[in-house]
Amino acid sequence: MSRTLIRGAQILGGAPRDVLIDGETIASVGGSTSTGSRPDDAGAQVIDADGLILLPGLVDLHTHLREPGREDSETVLTGTRAAARGGFTAVHAMANTFPVADTAGVVEQVWRLGRESGYCDVQPVGAVTVGLAGRQLAELGAMHESAAAVRVFSDDGKCVDDAVIMRRALEYVKAFDGVIAQHAQEPRLTEGAQMNEGIVSAELGLGGWPAVAEESVISRDVLLAAHVGSRVHICHLSTAGSVEIVRWAKSKGWRVTAEVTPHHLLLTDELVRTYDPVYKVNPPLRTEADVLALREALADGTIDCVATDHAPHPHEDKDCEWGAAAMGMVGLETALSVVQHTMVDTGLLDWSQVADRMSARPAAIGRLAGHGRPVSAGEPANLTLVDPAYRGEVDPAGFVSRSRNTPYAGRELPGRVTHTFLRGSATVVDGKLT
Amino acid sequence: MKRHLISAADLTRDDAVLILDTAEEMARVADRPIKKLPTLRGRTVVNLFYEDSTRTRISFEAAAKRLSADVINFSAKGSSVSKGESLKDTALTLEAMGADAVVIRHPDSGAPHRLATSGWIGGSVLNAGDGTHEHPTQALLDAFTMRRRFTGSGGGSGSPGGGTGRDLSGRHITIVGDILHSRVARSNVHLLSTLGAEVTLVAPPTLVPVGVGSWPCEVTYDLDSVLAKSDAVMMLRVQRERMKDAFFPTEREYARRYGLDGERMSRMPAHALVMHPGPMNRGMEITAEVADSPRCTAVEQVTNGVSIRMAALYLLLGGSEPAVSPRPDTPRTEENDR
Ligand SMILES: [Zn+2]
Repeated sequence: MSRTLIRGAQILGGAPRDVLIDGETIASVGGSTSTGSRPDDAGAQVIDADGLILLPGLVDLHTHLREPGREDSETVLTGTRAAARGGFTAVHAMANTFPVADTAGVVEQVWRLGRESGYCDVQPVGAVTVGLAGRQLAELGAMHESAAAVRVFSDDGKCVDDAVIMRRALEYVKAFDGVIAQHAQEPRLTEGAQMNEGIVSAELGLGGWPAVAEESVISRDVLLAAHVGSRVHICHLSTAGSVEIVRWAKSKGWRVTAEVTPHHLLLTDELVRTYDPVYKVNPPLRTEADVLALREALADGTIDCVATDHAPHPHEDKDCEWGAAAMGMVGLETALSVVQHTMVDTGLLDWSQVADRMSARPAAIGRLAGHGRPVSAGEPANLTLVDPAYRGEVDPAGFVSRSRNTPYAGRELPGRVTHTFLRGSATVVDGKLT
Repeated sequence: MKRHLISAADLTRDDAVLILDTAEEMARVADRPIKKLPTLRGRTVVNLFYEDSTRTRISFEAAAKRLSADVINFSAKGSSVSKGESLKDTALTLEAMGADAVVIRHPDSGAPHRLATSGWIGGSVLNAGDGTHEHPTQALLDAFTMRRRFTGSGGGSGSPGGGTGRDLSGRHITIVGDILHSRVARSNVHLLSTLGAEVTLVAPPTLVPVGVGSWPCEVTYDLDSVLAKSDAVMMLRVQRERMKDAFFPTEREYARRYGLDGERMSRMPAHALVMHPGPMNRGMEITAEVADSPRCTAVEQVTNGVSIRMAALYLLLGGSEPAVSPRPDTPRTEENDR
């Protein structure tokens, strides 16, 4: 069995300690290095982690891996490589593939591809309805009973807008502790929508995507979840009003969780003035006031976790006019840097809270065993080392994702993942894939 | 002047006045027996139209031809564009053909901006209307029409010409109709306010964009309240299909509340103009009585459109020499240039 000694890492940002990985697990965590207590490191490969932060491996609740069907933009292999490079040890693969992941067969295929990749665990998300069409429930039970053991169901990309279908789905998955992850978008209010509806859309003459189209669906769904006693998860929450609704629902003790994307923590609709489709995303970039409310909500726990909504697209789908462009941004390789920039460097979160919002909470929502665990002896060695002092410009050419549609090209962001370990094996060493 | 004309918001007051003054010179050429100037000889202007708009295309075509440019009409209908060729590939084709200026009409807001900033082409880009964003030459020709009428010079060959050097300070302009979907309204709000006019938008609340509060204008839902103070009332075309999306209940109700009829026109000041960018929906936003009255400048606007587009093409394509010979009796035309 291979042994790795991580020397002097600041676990969750604390005092430097030595961590010994033996095989797939954390064998021991030494005392503070200054006190001299050290794990037995005979024969171990040593990593000098001076100045580095050690986190549990990151977990993404919202990743579009595009396979099967759109392998021109991403595959399970390239997507999991990008995930590892971003410090992730587990990702939830969204169901809007071709064919849609609405049967046990498709979710098992994605799950198997993930196992073969070896770069990070892939937990498939099952579609709520057949073909994401919103009319007929997919075989949720069969997907759960499959090898993929699906617990998170989502029609992401589309909203489960029919109130009865949503209610039934919420109720049905209680049988196996499932959760419905809702892409909250009232379809009639967003016909022809191209960007956030507000001052900028009025000037640019682009169809508006009003906040109320998200907030009205979230309002309905938290009430439905309360009524039937189910778990509901809100995908990519993007407005200050949505924060208020989730805060209220949580104050009632209802089983509501929510995620925010890195881009909604940083970027605003002012960027759309460039008409550069790299900023075209769904839900759209909102206003500065929304960004600040989202940061505050992530800090106070109203929003449970960060999820990337990594949405790869081929170059030609973005190298065109705004109206013709695809929606979405890649995010796996920049997520932690954006979170450090917007939440840590601003003093809103410390590193132990980052571990909570990017690992423990998403793993708990997805009921993922073996991820999001404390960094302590006996736990699975799913770990990420981060250099928080690093500063550098984002260079899409250096991405390992198959797609390059990042909104951060040329932007200076802090932090860099130096090492990622999946059950004790290094998937990333010195910032490079193994 | 910048190299492109994408948005009326990009124009300073001096830019805008320069275009109007240049258009005034161009208009004088139109009064001559030979209407052609050699200014853009050897230059290529492409009309790239992704929407049917014969009126606008013909206006740009006439403008370019009067400046002796070579004109290529590239229409989405029946070309590779309609077969799904991307804007980028079309742009690369036009670049290979040596287009000095591309006049683009596109159903997507921002397409001209994208064309100008993407590096796909090197020539000038003129926005001839993009989605529900802007239509800057329409606003310029509207301002030109107003300036000429307000200064009492109809542009006859002997006149000094339509208030040269002046802007629209102190004038009250009212724009009525489907503001939400109107690129004409957006360009006019920017340009008219830059030129010193006070602009009031009138529409049912459903047809006013969320976010209009940041625009340099007033907004009211009551047409009757602003008629008496208006120096010009610009009526926008309202598509009947908007009714299906519940923007207003019926055509009849729209016409009653927001249409301009003879009775309403009689409550405007005696000198006040009625404007319309065309094509008009008679019986909807404007009655035949108003449309055919001498106060209505719709036909004049079409004529002035050619002068404005001549001015824009001339200035964008680097006209540093005077556009027109300073001696009006011996114009430098195609004829005596040989
Ligand atoms: Zn989504």
